[in-house]
Amino acid sequence: MRLLLISLLVALSTNAQADDSLYRAWGEKPGIRAVMDDFVARLPLHERIGRRFKMTDANHLASQLTEQLCELAGGPCKYEGPDMASAHEGMELTKADFNALVEVLQAAMQARGIAFGDQNRMLAKLAPMHREMLGR
Amino acid sequence: MHKTLNALMAGLSLATLCTGALAGNGKLLLTGGVSSIDGAAGGGLTPWALTGSYAAPGEWGGTAFVTAAKTRDYGLRVAGAALAWDERLEFSIARQRFDTRQNLAPLGLGGLQLEQDILGAKWRLAGDAVLDADRWMPQIALGALHRRARSGAFAPTLFGPLGARRSDTELYLAATKLWLQHSLLTNLTLRATRANQNGLLGFGGAQDRRWRLQPELSVALLLAPQLAVGVEVRAKPNALNRSVLGTGALAEDDWFDAFLAFAPNKQLSFTAAAVDLGRIAPALQPRRQRGAYLSVQLSF
Repeated sequence: MRLLLISLLVALSTNAQADDSLYRAWGEKPGIRAVMDDFVARLPLHERIGRRFKMTDANHLASQLTEQLCELAGGPCKYEGPDMASAHEGMELTKADFNALVEVLQAAMQARGIAFGDQNRMLAKLAPMHREMLGR
Repeated sequence: MHKTLNALMAGLSLATLCTGALAGNGKLLLTGGVSSIDGAAGGGLTPWALTGSYAAPGEWGGTAFVTAAKTRDYGLRVAGAALAWDERLEFSIARQRFDTRQNLAPLGLGGLQLEQDILGAKWRLAGDAVLDADRWMPQIALGALHRRARSGAFAPTLFGPLGARRSDTELYLAATKLWLQHSLLTNLTLRATRANQNGLLGFGGAQDRRWRLQPELSVALLLAPQLAVGVEVRAKPNALNRSVLGTGALAEDDWFDAFLAFAPNKQLSFTAAAVDLGRIAPALQPRRQRGAYLSVQLSF
C-alpha cells in the first residue's frame, strides 16, 4: 500500500514537470526553426493558399511560428505574438485552406526528417487551432 | 443497375459543371477512408463515419472502385462508386458478384453466381474525426444500405422453403476517431441487419426474421502519410442457421481482415488484405474461407 502511494506520488510529480520529449524529438529550437523556415518557404508555392503568402515577411513568420511550436512542444519558450483568432482576422480561411497548411507542414517535416510519429504529435497540438482560425 | 450507375455518373458530371468545386482536394490524404465492399467509405468490410473522396466543406467529390477477394473455395468481385458533398452527405452504389464455383454442384447448382446490388446513403451527424485532436468526441454518421439479392437458380429455394427475403434496408451508426497524437484510427459501427452472408443469401429466414444489432470494429495505425495498416472484425447474424436444410447447414461466422492501405496520391489508393470469411454453406463446404483481398479506388 505504501509502495503504491509512493509510486503514485512519483508519477504525479513527474507529470507536473513539463513534458519536453516532443521538443527534444524535434531537435529543440534549431530543429523547429529549420522546419519552420522550410514551411514558410513552401507556403507561397502552394496552389490553393500560395497567393495569401506572396507578401509575407518570411523571417518574421518563421520566428513567430518557432516560438509557438517550441512552447506547444514543451520547450522553454513563450509565444508572445497575437492569438490565433486575431492573427487570422479577416482572412476567411476555409477548412480546405487549413488542410492545405497541414499538407505544406507535412512536406516540410518530411523534408527535415521529423519522424512520422513526432509529426503527428505536433499536428495533434496544432489541429484544434482550426476552431480559432477558420471563418474569421 | 447499369442505368443507375450511368445516372449517378451523369449527376456527377452535372455537379462538376454547376459548382465548379468538384475535384475537391481539400482533405488530408486517406481521411476519406477507402471503399468498403458495400460501396460506402470505410474500411474494407465496414462502413465508417468518414465521407468518401477528398471533398472538403462546400465541395463535391467522387470515388470509384473495384475489389476482388479470393478465398480457398469462393471468389467475390465488387464494383461501385460514391459521391460525397461537403463532408456531410455520401451516396454510394455497388454491385457484388459471388462465384460459388462448383461448391453447390451437389444441389445441381454448379457455377452459381450470387449477385447483390446495394444503394447507400450516409449522413454525418456530428464531430470531426481528424481535426478535433484534443477532444474525445468522434465523428458520428448515420447510414442506410438498401440491398437487393439476385440469386439465380438458387432463388426458388432461398426465397421459398428457406424463407429469406429478397431485399432489405440496413441502418448503421458509425463513430470514427483519429487519435492523432498516437497515429491511430478507431471505428465502431453498429449495424441493424438481418442479412445472410452480407445479403448474398438474402435477408432473414423462415425460422428467424428478427433484426439484430451487430458491432463492427476497425483499428488502423498510420505508418506514413500514404500508408495505414489495420484490422477489422465484423459480427454477423446467423438467421439461416436453422433451416429446412438442417441445423448448421447454412451457418455463418463473423468476418475478419487485416489490411494495408496505400495512397500514392489523392487520385489513387490500393488496399490489400488477408480476409477470413468463416464458413460459407458448411453442409457443402465445411472449410473456413480464408483468402486475399485487393481493392483499387480512384478519387476525383
